[in-house]
Amino acid sequence: MDFNDSPEEAAFRAEARAFFEKNATRKSGHAAAQRSRADDAANLAAAKDFQRRKAEAGFAAITWPKAFGGRGLPPIMQVIFNQEQASFEVPRGFFEIGLGMCIPTLMKHGTPEHAKRYVPPAVRGDEIWCQLFSEPVGGSDLAGLITRAVRDGDDWVINGQKIWTSGAHYCDFGIIVVRTDPNVAKHEGLTMFFLDMKSPGIEVRRIKQVSGTSNFNEVFFTDVRVPDSQRLGAVGEGWKVSLTTLMNERLAVGEAPAPDFDDIFHLAREVTVEGKPAIADRAMREKLADWYVETQGLKLTKFRTMTALSRSQTPGPEASITKLVSATKLQEIASTGMDLLGEGGSLMEESEVPAAALFQQALLYSPGLRIAGGTDEILRNIIAERVLGLPADMRADKELPFNKIPRGKR
Amino acid sequence: MNFDFSDDEKRLKEEAHGFLNDRCPPKAVRRVLEGELPFDRDLWRGVAELGWTGAAIPEAYGGVGLGHVGLCALAEELGAALAPIPFASSIYLAAEALLLAGTEAQKSRWLPKLATGQLIGTIAVAEGAEARSGKPLATSAEGGRLSGTKLPVADGAYADIAIVAARTAKSPLALYVVELNQPEIDRAPVKTIDPSRGHARLTFRGAKAEPLGSEADGEAILKRLYDRAAILVGFEQVGGASVALDMACNYARERYAFGRPIGSQQAVKHKLADVYCAVELARSNAYWGAWALGADAPELPLAAATARVAGSRAFYVASKENIQVHGGMGFTWEGDCHLYYRRAKHLALMLGAAPEWKEKLVNEIERRNAA
Ligand SMILES: Cc1cc2nc3c(=O)[nH]c(=O)nc-3n(C[C@H](O)[C@H](O)[C@H](O)COP(=O)(O)OP(=O)(O)OC[C@H]3O[C@@H](n4cnc5c(N)ncnc54)[C@H](O)[C@@H]3O)c2cc1C
Repeated sequence: MDFNDSPEEAAFRAEARAFFEKNATRKSGHAAAQRSRADDAANLAAAKDFQRRKAEAGFAAITWPKAFGGRGLPPIMQVIFNQEQASFEVPRGFFEIGLGMCIPTLMKHGTPEHAKRYVPPAVRGDEIWCQLFSEPVGGSDLAGLITRAVRDGDDWVINGQKIWTSGAHYCDFGIIVVRTDPNVAKHEGLTMFFLDMKSPGIEVRRIKQVSGTSNFNEVFFTDVRVPDSQRLGAVGEGWKVSLTTLMNERLAVGEAPAPDFDDIFHLAREVTVEGKPAIADRAMREKLADWYVETQGLKLTKFRTMTALSRSQTPGPEASITKLVSATKLQEIASTGMDLLGEGGSLMEESEVPAAALFQQALLYSPGLRIAGGTDEILRNIIAERVLGLPADMRADKELPFNKIPRGKR
Repeated sequence: MNFDFSDDEKRLKEEAHGFLNDRCPPKAVRRVLEGELPFDRDLWRGVAELGWTGAAIPEAYGGVGLGHVGLCALAEELGAALAPIPFASSIYLAAEALLLAGTEAQKSRWLPKLATGQLIGTIAVAEGAEARSGKPLATSAEGGRLSGTKLPVADGAYADIAIVAARTAKSPLALYVVELNQPEIDRAPVKTIDPSRGHARLTFRGAKAEPLGSEADGEAILKRLYDRAAILVGFEQVGGASVALDMACNYARERYAFGRPIGSQQAVKHKLADVYCAVELARSNAYWGAWALGADAPELPLAAATARVAGSRAFYVASKENIQVHGGMGFTWEGDCHLYYRRAKHLALMLGAAPEWKEKLVNEIERRNAA
């Protein structure tokens, strides 16, 4: 057992580090800047600029085939790049969905012409993509969606609504799953397309989140025409195609953002409770130990995944536990951090609160992490069914044509 | 990055798995549990013949010199099989103590026999049902003679030698090597929650004892010894926890209630998914410990505490939920669920309970941050 890079890995790591040293600033102190994910014009411009430099340096599509403009390196190199990135302040939150999920779906199910036209600008950051999957009727039960597409000559005409679409307000393109046949079982009547977000008939309305920012949107479709040439996969195969996207989602969604163990450890050393440093309290120490064990366990689990990747094995199921464990840990750390501050713990004034109100902000953004990209409950189902081999849930919608399935009031 | 067992270690582990499947089914554990045997002597001989007892003992002292990472691989399998033998006492503790602190003469005298399993060793630190708290030990040593009572001592009724912790005039804790077959020592078996692992009360009445390491260093040696043992026990815990989780999953697939497998109910599925997370995190943390042991890294104390806390929790949670998933059957003596539950709690206490290790863990992080 060792943590050493192979010579190629070490060379690539050095190259990545040099890139970051040149193009980003090293993190220092609390992870405060990391959380500014407000997508105002300035942040977007900075993110696009950084993405372009990444692409020019050959780091924007590390694992993709050379034919698609990638470097054709093994997945371990992406992990190494991400590890190096973790020590720097870099813009986050604009390209993950597009490059992590949408473009891989396009590469797998689109034509060579699609790839030629859309992949390079996406990699350079000139065009951003969003994922139009969830609907008001359901996100977990994605296959229950009701947005309709009807064939009309060489086009399809889409009517309906998507929701929780991250980044729709600044995205150029999106991939969308729609229902093309309501008379068959629900998984069989779906089809996937991609579309231009500026198509006539699309209206994007921003939704304000618990955290106060507005990163996700409602997207309304009124007689939106999409050419059949923008179909990804066969008619009725939309569910299968979307599984490609969702599989990539699990790899794209990494660990939760700060605060993590280090942040709560330092906070507990800084602040005083009943005249003593908070860290002197036995109950607090036990909690710290538990979070350390979890944090370290997740980090080391990633090393196991890396080992599998560097031996060219597929990562085992251990990769599936990261988001489930880290989102809840984040929420608990945020809440406990605030508890250390007494009555004033609810203050959000960055200048008045330790760690520039990181814990307070995290209390408000952590619930989203337990929902986005598969809720805690759905992730437990996935682990239970795919890893532990337990039977699927009993379902009330089995074998019914889609339009006979019971629906709720919400 | 090579954060996994090597191919050789994996092969060793597979062989161990096959051997223990054959020689140590739950039936064998039960024979010890039910008092038919004090420990499984045949199994002990078997693992000794395979060289497991000497795995991490250098060849110069009659061992196989396989190294500690290999020993970790074996520990996982021994834990999975709930092996009712004095392996932890004799190897992770007695042999390791001699390796850490013994003189050349002590090592040459004892290690070859421990390596072949001919002798059984153990350790005697606890003095009753009380967490160690810096309070002086009641057992004392003077002029090479030991007096006092140790309780519980794992495998104490049949071990040949013990490493005993005692107070001296100059030190609150010094270590001794003691031959247990002397008239000045009384040994009486005692009941514990896990009768598949024998325990005894040892009373020393001026028993002959030989110092192990310097008197002043006793506490430091013991701490290093426990840190190292915690990693090996961590692998036993991961092994046991995985089996308990598998048992629960198998039962949940096969047992029907309300016309469907109980494993199709989310209350059951989600619980088992959480157990899975605990077990995998414990496994990753145990690997860190294995690496630290193998490399004798400065991170060892931190890795040990981390592996210990994670392993204790994982095995406990997996074994208690295994009983729950089995319903009434899980609560019977006849069913095997309780074997894991007992062993889980026993292992979680044997080197000191979770609160002590959590305290050690945070101390260690504070120390590293101060440096
Ligand atoms: C910050 C954020 C960003 C997002 N970005 C996007 C995006 O870019 N594109 C996109 O398409 N979607 C996006 N989503 C939507 C997200 O995928 C869904 O919110 C999520 O899948 C849950 O769906 P829902 O909101 O309809 O809740 P529901 O599915 O209605 O779930 C409500 C509750 O019921 C539980 N539940 C549902 N089904 C089951 C079941 N079978 N067993 C047990 N419990 C169940 C859920 O766990 C949850 O607790 C985003 C969400 C968030 C919070």
